[in-house]
Amino acid sequence: MIIIEAKQLVRNFNGLRALDRISFSIEKGEIFGFLGPNGAGKTTTIKILTTLLKPSGGYVHVNGFDPTTQAMEIRKSLGVVFQEPSLDDDLTAYENLDLHGLLYKMPTELRRRRVAEMLMFFELWQRRNDAVKYFSGGMKRRLEIARGLLHHPAILFMDEPTIGLDPQTRNHIWTYLKQLNKEEGITIFFTTHYLEEAEKIASRIAIIDHGRIVAQGTVAEIKKQTKRAETLEEAFLILTGHGMREEALLGVSRNHMNWEKQSGQGL
Amino acid sequence: MGTIYTLWIRQLKRYYRSRSRMIGTLGNPLLFLVAFSYGFGPIFQRAGEGTDYITFLAPGIIGISILMTAMASGTDIIWDRQFGFLKETFVAPVSRLQVMFGRTLGGATVAVLQGIVVLFIAMFLGFRFETLLGFFLSLAIMLVSAIAFTAFAIAIASLIEDVQGYQFIMNFLVMPMVFLSGSVFPLNDLPKSVKIIAHFDPLSYSVDGLRSSLAGIAYFDTTLNLIVLGLLTVVFLIFGSWAFSRIRL
Repeated sequence: MIIIEAKQLVRNFNGLRALDRISFSIEKGEIFGFLGPNGAGKTTTIKILTTLLKPSGGYVHVNGFDPTTQAMEIRKSLGVVFQEPSLDDDLTAYENLDLHGLLYKMPTELRRRRVAEMLMFFELWQRRNDAVKYFSGGMKRRLEIARGLLHHPAILFMDEPTIGLDPQTRNHIWTYLKQLNKEEGITIFFTTHYLEEAEKIASRIAIIDHGRIVAQGTVAEIKKQTKRAETLEEAFLILTGHGMREEALLGVSRNHMNWEKQSGQGL
Repeated sequence: MGTIYTLWIRQLKRYYRSRSRMIGTLGNPLLFLVAFSYGFGPIFQRAGEGTDYITFLAPGIIGISILMTAMASGTDIIWDRQFGFLKETFVAPVSRLQVMFGRTLGGATVAVLQGIVVLFIAMFLGFRFETLLGFFLSLAIMLVSAIAFTAFAIAIASLIEDVQGYQFIMNFLVMPMVFLSGSVFPLNDLPKSVKIIAHFDPLSYSVDGLRSSLAGIAYFDTTLNLIVLGLLTVVFLIFGSWAFSRIRL
C-alpha cells in the first residue's frame, strides 16, 4: 500500500525552481532515505509533505490525503523531527513532551506513560525536570526525536535527525527505529548527510540534486545505475558531482516568505 | 478548548520562570509611577486638579504596564518563529486559530498579572481604590484591554520577521499611545487637536476605564469605554487571526 506519493511535484520560489517535477512513491512500512547535497530540495520536499508549504504544481498525497486541502487529517498521522531545533527552551524535558502529547490529544494515562517511556529510552529521565536550555546539543536532539515518536505516528519525517549525535547514540536510535518499523510498521522518511548510515538503514533511497531526482531505488540499484560505485557515497558523488555546495537556495528561502505573501502560495 | 488551554498554560509557565522579563516589563511603568508621582505630584495639586496625583496616575500606569506586557507577546511569536517552536504547533493537528487564541489568552493573562502587581505597588505608595466593586470592574477592564493589545501585538509580530524591526515599530506606536492617552496627565486641559487624537488612541479608553472604576475620575463615558474596548478586542482578534494564519516557516 502506497502511503506517500508525489508525481511531477513542483515548487517555485521567486521564479526559481526548488523542486522540478519530482516523482516518488513510498510503501507503508518502508524506511526511505532522501539524500542530496545542501540546497538540493530535501527540506522543501519535507515541508510540502508535512503540510508546512504548498506545492506550486503536481500531485502529492500523504496517508491518502491531499496536504493542500486535508492538512489536518495528514497531521494526525505524522511525527516530525525538524532540521533546526524546535523545542521550548524555557520548559523542562518532561513539559516539552507533555505539551506535544496534549497537542496531539493523547489520553492522559497514555500520554504520561509514553512520556516516561520516551524519556527513559533516550536516557533523559534523570534530567526530566530540567529546563531544555541547560541541555547539550545532543540531548536536545534526542529529545526532539523522542517528541516525534511520542504519539505513535504512522509516518515519521526526520530531517537530518542524527546530526550532532555521537556514533553510540546514533546506533542506539536507529536500532530502536528499525525495531519500531518492524514491530509497528511505522513508515520512516529521513534525510541525512551520513551516507553510511543511509546505506545501512534505508530500504530504498532517492537522491535529489538541483531540485530533480537523479536516482532512486535500493542501495544496490543505485550503485548499479552508476556502474562503478562500490559504496553509496561513491554513487552519490558520481550522481551529484564533487563540487562543494553552498546552500544554493538559501537566498531564495530568505526571500520566499515575501514572495509567498504576495502570491498566497504558502499553506 | 484543550489546545487553547495548553498554550495558555505554556505562556504562564514561561512568564513565571522568566524573572528577568517579569522585572523588565515592570521597569518602565514603575519608573513612571515613582518618578512622576514624586516629581509632578506637587505641580498637579497646585494646578488645582482636585485630587492627589497618585490617585490620578496609578490607573494610567496600570494601563501602560498592560500595554507594554502585551506588546512583549509579539516578541515571543518572533522568537518562536526563529527558534522553531512555532513549527511544532504548525505541524500538530490543531488549527492556527486555536494556537493564536491560546497565545493571546496566555499573553493577556500575563499582562493582567503585571497590571495587578502595579496596582499593589501603587497602593504601597499611597493609592486607594474607591470601592470593591470598582476594583472588580477594573479587573474586567484590564482583561479586555490585555486581550485587545496582545492580539494587536501578535498581529504585528506575525507580519514582521525580526525582533529589531518589531521593537522599532512598537516603540514608534507605543510611546505616542502612552503620552496621548491621558495616562500621566489629564486630557481636559489639552488643545482640541490633541484631544481629537486621543479619541483614536485605544489606550485612552483603557486608562479612562481603569481610572473611572478605581478612582471615580472619568473623561469619557464609562459605557463608551466598554463599547470601544469590546469592539477593539473583536477587531484586533480578527486582525491577529488573519495575520497569524499567514505566517510562513
